[in-house]
Amino acid sequence: MDRIPILKMGPFLLVTIQVDLYDRLALNLENDLITMVSKTEARGVLIDISAVSIVDSFMGRILGNIASMSRIMDAETVVVGMQPAVAITLVELGLTLQGVYTALDVEKGMELLQKKIGLNLLNNEEEEADEDDRNL
Amino acid sequence: MIVISKDSMGIIREQDVVPFRSRVKEYATKIGMSLVNQTKLITAASELVRNMLKYANGGIVTLEIISKNGISGVRLTFEDKGPGIKDIQLAMKDGFSTGRSLGLGLPGTKRLVNEFDIKSVPGEGTTVTITHWKNGR
Repeated sequence: MDRIPILKMGPFLLVTIQVDLYDRLALNLENDLITMVSKTEARGVLIDISAVSIVDSFMGRILGNIASMSRIMDAETVVVGMQPAVAITLVELGLTLQGVYTALDVEKGMELLQKKIGLNLLNNEEEEADEDDRNL
Repeated sequence: MIVISKDSMGIIREQDVVPFRSRVKEYATKIGMSLVNQTKLITAASELVRNMLKYANGGIVTLEIISKNGISGVRLTFEDKGPGIKDIQLAMKDGFSTGRSLGLGLPGTKRLVNEFDIKSVPGEGTTVTITHWKNGR
């Protein structure tokens, strides 16, 4: 069965979509990603769609699903590299990818993810620090 | 209006969608359509072909390059022998869907192309025709 490779990079999972996705492939990706998030305890998912020339409502729904499912599993999703023509088409179609973080390229996407989970880590540390204070 | 070239393609499986999209791209490139207009046309075609698979188990698409007043365009006709649409006005409303989708299908698709025509007879089938001109107008 065809699969899109998922790379693990520290606390993040990295996916580069290099081909036009047909439905089965997209559904497999959704499944594999969520399984990987759970297995690797990843905190973030970065999906590079710079090579994707068409995002229709089905693909849009898959991206939205991945983001919501990951969030439930305590990971953030960033979609990067969307082609301008795809963005124009998506908005006219009425699909605004709500709940999905986006960034212009992989580098900016990584920064965004780091910031997102960095903030979470900071909050956790503060909470722990508060608890320590109480213990003293 | 003159038809410059014409071809048709049967769509019966989900795997037919990607080759069909490449075919539409080929036609759009042939007449020199800009990238944004190509993307809109192919996305619209993709939505319609999905509808056809979902509600009618497939059908036939006719691809044509046409010319009107010296401007060329791509015209696609999607014909299926599915259950048909009872209330077209309702189906063309944003947010309406009988399937479990976002309900963007038909009205969203209409926004993407220059001309959109839908005819349906319940129990007999549905025919959707879209046209997108080279300059997107």
